[in-house]
Amino acid sequence: MDTIQGLPTRDAYGKAIVALGEKNRNVYVVDCDIGKSCKTGEFMQTFPQQYVNVGIAEQNGCGLAAGLATCGKIPFVTTYAVFGSMRMLEQIRQEVCYPNLNVKIACSHGGFTPANDGASHQGIEDLGVLRTIPNMTVIAPADYHSAYALVKAAGADYYGPVYLRFTRDAVPFIYSEDDTFEIGKAKVLSEGSDITIISNGDILSRCVAAKDRLVESGISVRLLDMHTIKPIDREAVLDSIAKTRGIITVEDHNIINGLGSAVSEIVAEVGGCRVSRIGIQDQFGESAPYERLLEKNFITVDNIVETAMRMLK
Amino acid sequence: MIQNEKKDAVVQKLETQAKELRKTILTMIHEAKSGHPGGSLSAADIMAVLYFEELQVRPQDPHWEERDRFVLSKGHVCPVLYSCLALRGYFPMDVVKTLRKEGSMLQGHPDMKRCPGVDISTGSLGQGLSTAVGMALAAKRDERKYRVFCLVGDGESQEGQIWEAVQTAVKYQLDNLIIIVDNNGLQNDNTCEVVMPLGDLGVKFEAFGCSVQRIDGHSIPEIRTAFGFAREHRGGKPHCIVAKTVKGKGVSFMEHVVAWHGTPPNDEQYGTAIQEIEGGV
Repeated sequence: MDTIQGLPTRDAYGKAIVALGEKNRNVYVVDCDIGKSCKTGEFMQTFPQQYVNVGIAEQNGCGLAAGLATCGKIPFVTTYAVFGSMRMLEQIRQEVCYPNLNVKIACSHGGFTPANDGASHQGIEDLGVLRTIPNMTVIAPADYHSAYALVKAAGADYYGPVYLRFTRDAVPFIYSEDDTFEIGKAKVLSEGSDITIISNGDILSRCVAAKDRLVESGISVRLLDMHTIKPIDREAVLDSIAKTRGIITVEDHNIINGLGSAVSEIVAEVGGCRVSRIGIQDQFGESAPYERLLEKNFITVDNIVETAMRMLK
Repeated sequence: MIQNEKKDAVVQKLETQAKELRKTILTMIHEAKSGHPGGSLSAADIMAVLYFEELQVRPQDPHWEERDRFVLSKGHVCPVLYSCLALRGYFPMDVVKTLRKEGSMLQGHPDMKRCPGVDISTGSLGQGLSTAVGMALAAKRDERKYRVFCLVGDGESQEGQIWEAVQTAVKYQLDNLIIIVDNNGLQNDNTCEVVMPLGDLGVKFEAFGCSVQRIDGHSIPEIRTAFGFAREHRGGKPHCIVAKTVKGKGVSFMEHVVAWHGTPPNDEQYGTAIQEIEGGV
């Protein structure tokens, strides 16, 4: 197997937040004592006046950010996905989403990626939990370049609460730095007429591999990067129903209420094709290599290919 | 001598405002047939001094950037805040009759997007103080002069987040933050002592590093003196004023009674209460 040519999406966050802070002195980082892991170090060094560290007190960090936002700041509360989506969930709901304040929740270690840390640190429910709250936008970028672009988009001219999920490990480059991204607009990686694969986050690179194998077998694959799970790109899903015979969703997230659910909500209403969902089988992870955790939940290139074959029979 | 008379006139005026607040609180809760009278009444004197003397605000320009901020961390006692805002002219007096009604700017708990003069939406206890810390920090970083006042309930300080916020205020030396604890000793289910003993809150805030004052929260002169001290002393410590209060203050049958935490008065009780307040009992 080739060595991975890529970088972690959390590194992209660390770089993008510096670019944002440079351009707009109202951009703040609110750290919760895991800035080192979340790559806010350069921001802290460069803009100490725009930096706050509340210590191991995420709920307070979120409330403090809401207060900053009422005074014109654009705070990025930074922590791990499991804490950013659940430890401070009610604070996000009450003080950020309900008053619709311009607070961003930027979280590393999404999904199974903190694999050896075990279940306590694997945020496998974050996207689903947060997409349930009104006013919240939910984003899970798939590689370094898209993460960089989407952080900049979220912090520059996109008003309102945004949850951004990054991950720990290096992921292959899918895009170049010249690619452009719009929040709420799926990226079409390939057009096709037989089957659609919709994914996001670290798993997208596996879908690219699966697509290549399917294409080799003569199957025409439409592949979408649904980096914004909410508001979901409804048009892109409707196009997939019209253009292909079935949709497969693939995610590093619990099978309940994640990307597969969001896509199915649309398909269930309009009909026209089947959806097969590949994701975490409503079970906790454990300390294990990332690949093993995915295998145990059938989130593999093999399973994507087999699922496509089965659906097209 | 002349100065003393002048001061007395100010105190008298504020006491009259506090009476108006109490009447308005009861009128709106009676009309709504729901709401929280007990804690609204215990905070009325503090709020009278805040809104009719201490806070630098512009009711005609509620988003004025240099305004002092006020955070009602114990959001359920919004009838006292709404009464202040109405009497200060943020919106017409008759709006108070729409409390908790569909489409009203006066939601059951404060909503900053609907109600002018509300600096942050609150209602979930324990969270407001964190937002106040954020506002005070923004003022420091931007070198602005405004201050941030935050009213916290004693029962509310059972929430751990209150203490997370206090430690942050101390770390960032937010001497432009004034925390006022409405120490009425009662909460929803029973007395604080029975539900979850708080100990001496002043000692706790002091131990965290705040500059603490203890006052009678129904003495207008003591409230004024405490605010004056906080205004004049900016030694790098956040201020905390522990105000000993009586839940239901001003209405004899509501005072010290747990049940009036969240119960509206019926017609007869309302009439009696208004009479008592007007009579100055």
